[in-house]
Amino acid sequence: MTATATPPVTEQPAPVAEPRRKYDAERLFNRVALGVLVAFSLLWLVPLAWALATSIRPSQEVITDPTSWFTAHPTLAAYGDIFDAGKLPYWYANSFITSILTTVLTVLAGSLAAFALSQTRFRARRVAFVMLLAGIMIPGQVLMIPQFLALQEAGLLNTYWGVVLPQVPNVVAVFVFKQFFDGIPRELIDAARADGASWLRTYRQIVMPISRPVISAVTIFVFVGVWNNFLWPLLVVTDPEMMTLPVGLTSVQDVFGVPYAQLMASAVLGAIPLLAVFALFQRRIVEGIAGTGLK
Amino acid sequence: MATTTAPTKARGRGDRWAGPGMLLPFSLFYLVFLVGPLIYTVVAGFFDTSLLKSGLGDFAGFSNYSTVLGDSEFWRTLKNTLWFTVLTTVPLVLLSLVLAILADRFVRGRWFFRFAFFAPFVLPSAVVALMFTFIYADQVGLAQQAATWVGVDTPPSWLGDPDWAMISIAAATVWWTLGFNFVLYLAGLQDIPRSVHEAAAIDGAGPWQRIRHVVVPMLGRTTTLVTVLQVVASLKVFDQIYMLTNGGPDGSTRPSLQLIYDTGFVEGRVGYASTVSLLLFVVILLVSLVWFALVRRAEKER
Repeated sequence: MTATATPPVTEQPAPVAEPRRKYDAERLFNRVALGVLVAFSLLWLVPLAWALATSIRPSQEVITDPTSWFTAHPTLAAYGDIFDAGKLPYWYANSFITSILTTVLTVLAGSLAAFALSQTRFRARRVAFVMLLAGIMIPGQVLMIPQFLALQEAGLLNTYWGVVLPQVPNVVAVFVFKQFFDGIPRELIDAARADGASWLRTYRQIVMPISRPVISAVTIFVFVGVWNNFLWPLLVVTDPEMMTLPVGLTSVQDVFGVPYAQLMASAVLGAIPLLAVFALFQRRIVEGIAGTGLK
Repeated sequence: MATTTAPTKARGRGDRWAGPGMLLPFSLFYLVFLVGPLIYTVVAGFFDTSLLKSGLGDFAGFSNYSTVLGDSEFWRTLKNTLWFTVLTTVPLVLLSLVLAILADRFVRGRWFFRFAFFAPFVLPSAVVALMFTFIYADQVGLAQQAATWVGVDTPPSWLGDPDWAMISIAAATVWWTLGFNFVLYLAGLQDIPRSVHEAAAIDGAGPWQRIRHVVVPMLGRTTTLVTVLQVVASLKVFDQIYMLTNGGPDGSTRPSLQLIYDTGFVEGRVGYASTVSLLLFVVILLVSLVWFALVRRAEKER
């Protein structure tokens, strides 16, 4: 690693005096930098590793020696307990269904709106855009009471739609789409229009197929956001069979109280789906966040 | 030119409605779940609305406002929220900046650092809370154990001591969300041309001087963005506090959003909770507006 650590800068023989000392300073700096980075990244992995290590220890052992990292008798007993006590298959399914539904609706409604704002021309377009821009400053959580009352009125408590619908108006998604659509060459749209394609058809057959990167970026950040949302499903869902994974897992905590092996097993069970998604799409996710116009 | 105007003219009436029509589905969601609730919050703040009775209840004028502003618990939760914001924003901006600058020097190991710092960010708050419930537990937790290793004989009860509870929650939050800022900074660093580094190096600047006088100033825009996003996110803190301490011990960690949750949903005082919501909204709005002003100014200077 030290080989790559030397930046190309130092390889050019500097015309200034004392190239030797400069080279040493550069190397020393890189050594220290690497040390700091490795120390912090290992520190950052400790909670995850510890949760995993504790979850596979027998409960009795965790009680007698809670801070040990190792066990002579690894077991999945704690995981079994969680499956027995909770409604884990339901929670996974509920989280999956609500996240997918929200993501699909957000991508459809958001990209349509962004396309209208970016490509079509109509009188109220600028006003509509400014109103949407203002929406970025409305913190959704602050509005939980009226949102809850509206859903109660509509009889949507303890339903998927109750979890899904209020999360669909995602202003950031519209902006990300609009920014991408703004970059599509005008000629491409005009050509389609000249061939007699309607706006809707232009959107569906020309624009969406070339928008894969932005669609996947929005899909991932909406999906993760909805999957991880806690406060909203906590309010809307009280029926254990309708709970999402994060809400369900915390309800198990109340059942077990102290036994930490079970606690850590539920943490691991909650962490696995998203860590898997992250491991698979690391590049996409990171580029998505970095490139979504948040800059 | 001809190609752009001809088809639009030929298309006629149905086409004029295409734009608004495509905007409609999103607008409906937007009106029903953001604009409507915002108006309701403003209105309910002037009524003595209750969860137990239907309708808005009796008109209350500004009495909700005088009650809230005269309520020491409102000020305490606001103070807790601001304290949490300071405790998280400072390390989350500075530490992510430092780590990103250092990681930017290494091409080959970067994926590992990115994984280590970013992986916690994808976890649900519930999972983070479960982990730190154990880490911060009295006697059996890793945090107290670690404190004794470094020579503290009687480590504090991390979540049970009012002086430490908020600090502990903030530390867990730094662990959880650092990766997001880290990634934004890495992206900002990508935009600095290699030639800038080289020019500075040829001028005889060492690594430390280059970072201080070249890299950090060039990341100014990213830093503004990261700071504002962080402040706004921290002002909305709820999940991890609710699960780790439920606002305790003795309300020492209770944030504003939990005051809204408790008064609104547990006590059913919707009028009061709406007033608190609106005041919190104004605070967040002010922060966002200051950001817009800063960005505007920075862009004009360019």
